[in-house]
Amino acid sequence: MDGIFLQQLINGLTLGSVYGLIAIGYTMVYGIIGMINFAHGDVYMVSAYLAAIGLALMSFFGLHSFPVMILGTLIFSVVVTSLYGWAIERIAYKPLRNSTRLAPLISAIGMSLILQNYVQLAQGARQQGVPTLLDGALRLHIGEGFVIITYTKIFIIVASIVGMGLLTYVIQKTTLGRMCRATQQDRKMAQILGINTDRVISYVFIIGAAMAALAGVLITMNYGTFDFYAGFIIGIKAFTAAVLGGIGSLPGAMLGGIILGVSEAQFAGLVNSDYKDVFSFSLLVLILIFRPQGLLGKPHVAKV
Amino acid sequence: MSQIYRKGILALAIGSALSFSSLVQADVVIGVAGPFTGANAAYGEQFWKGATLAAEDINAAGGINGEKIKLVQGDDACEPKQAVAVANRLVDSEKVKAVIGHFCSSNTLPASDIYDEAGIISITPGSTNPQITERGLTGVFRMCGRDDQQGVVAANYIVDTLKAKKVAVIHDKDAYGQGLADAMKAQLAKRGVKEVLYEGLTRGEKDFNSLVTKIRSSGAEVVYFGGLHPEAGPLVRQMREQGVNAKFVSGDGIVSADMVTTAGGPQYTKGVLMTFGADPLKSPAGKGVVDKLRASGYEPEGYTLYSYASLQAVAAAFNGAGSTEGEAASEWLKSHTVPTVLGEKSWDGKGDLKVSDYVMYEWDDKGKYNQLP
Repeated sequence: MDGIFLQQLINGLTLGSVYGLIAIGYTMVYGIIGMINFAHGDVYMVSAYLAAIGLALMSFFGLHSFPVMILGTLIFSVVVTSLYGWAIERIAYKPLRNSTRLAPLISAIGMSLILQNYVQLAQGARQQGVPTLLDGALRLHIGEGFVIITYTKIFIIVASIVGMGLLTYVIQKTTLGRMCRATQQDRKMAQILGINTDRVISYVFIIGAAMAALAGVLITMNYGTFDFYAGFIIGIKAFTAAVLGGIGSLPGAMLGGIILGVSEAQFAGLVNSDYKDVFSFSLLVLILIFRPQGLLGKPHVAKV
Repeated sequence: MSQIYRKGILALAIGSALSFSSLVQADVVIGVAGPFTGANAAYGEQFWKGATLAAEDINAAGGINGEKIKLVQGDDACEPKQAVAVANRLVDSEKVKAVIGHFCSSNTLPASDIYDEAGIISITPGSTNPQITERGLTGVFRMCGRDDQQGVVAANYIVDTLKAKKVAVIHDKDAYGQGLADAMKAQLAKRGVKEVLYEGLTRGEKDFNSLVTKIRSSGAEVVYFGGLHPEAGPLVRQMREQGVNAKFVSGDGIVSADMVTTAGGPQYTKGVLMTFGADPLKSPAGKGVVDKLRASGYEPEGYTLYSYASLQAVAAAFNGAGSTEGEAASEWLKSHTVPTVLGEKSWDGKGDLKVSDYVMYEWDDKGKYNQLP
């Protein structure tokens, strides 16, 4: 029984850390310009394709050792996906900066449809796949049961922690991070103090896309299969995670992702996998009833 | 005054254009409906390849009552809502006389209602849910077997050949997947085997690790999956990754080379079992067609020949009845035997094939499936 519980915990942690990485993109954008970037799930989907293209490029150039391949793919995918994030902000959101709040929301939905259909046309509608990169697994005996952790899962958890740690460092300790936080607190004031807020907003989109790209590479490694529609479900889950943890809060997104992933896995394991989504959304409703701002979110105070 | 005059001219012009178009339209338009986009697009492609070649061959042999067949595509993306929209478009604006499709049972069910109401016949090459032909619709046929036949074959194989006592039953909560899983489960119960696990997963997801852990703790020797390859692939891979070596058995929803892609390689699909109609590629009647498709660089896997045969049946019915009227064609099909690339086919009063021929297939280590002896 313990072995099963631990196995489900690990299943949940891998799933949850990936949710968390994508949730960061939702939460940062919301924090800074107060809009929900519905195209973010599709940015992740694009990065999954880029990861496959990156892997193909690596093996084309004869680079077959795992660290080189994964590093090269990661850099390629993060850079190109960041470009996508930047371009999306430029094309779809920046011209609407000073219009009503709903305008960029609709524009985001449009962007999501454009990305899906563009990838479908460019790459075909079929399922795509990549071969297994990292074979093998760790087998731990616990009491009567055992736990199997594939190296890929360990890699996902480690890479997510490193990615989140790096991001926390950037936001808390660097000038760029300070500018982001200042813009988040009060965009107008930050502008008066000489911060180029438009550029900061661009950076935020780039950071969000880079995190989604990290998730894209990790998921592609783990499941090996994706299609142009892959961003939809995972985007909704990540958005839920962001709301759960408190939208606008960075640690909240990570925490929300982990909670969502682990509760899904445990519920599926202990009760029934048919209703695991019902359970996670009920959890969301419950938390929002008692803490409308989410777990780590700051309550919204009307500015006078 | 002049404005009224102009409007009159316009109305005349539109009226004559309409009547012209109906005069020009001498082709027999037939719809091919299925998932041409989305995760299951591979099956739509099989439908289209089979039907286009059949249309070419039939047109070359004289067409339908002297008229040429013209095919139009209807993309349902395996989404029931979209299937209804596509069915209405095919009926109302494309004015089809027959439909080959759909693929996913959850799509065929609502769409066939619309075709039947419009008085046109529809033949599905691949939808196996029993309900499709159990609703008393006159113009609905299938070119494949039913899940209650397929499930029985699978259950008997699991009990007799695999001699399994512990069977986990997984489905995708869709009309096809759950229907098939339930049919299999019912036959298992008849044979005195009770499943150790019965659960659904969500279509479109890729992470089934928590379900796999549950399968592992249930100690199942056989995992039966009712569903399609986009979910079957990751499921079987995650099973093997977690050290679950239970036999993986599924139905005709994984008959595509994409099964190997979604699983991450033939090392994961090796040994996977599935039920499907007796190998159509080995049918002597289909040899010429198979060679032709292979010569054009297309491997006629899965439902390609089923789609070809469906169009043959439509053409035979229209020629036999001497009209493209649905009721006459349906009556003709139910009382005659049609030679197709799959062999001689005949239908009962409900529109089911009189003889179904489900057999077991096994995927090998090269990512191909072979009929088991």
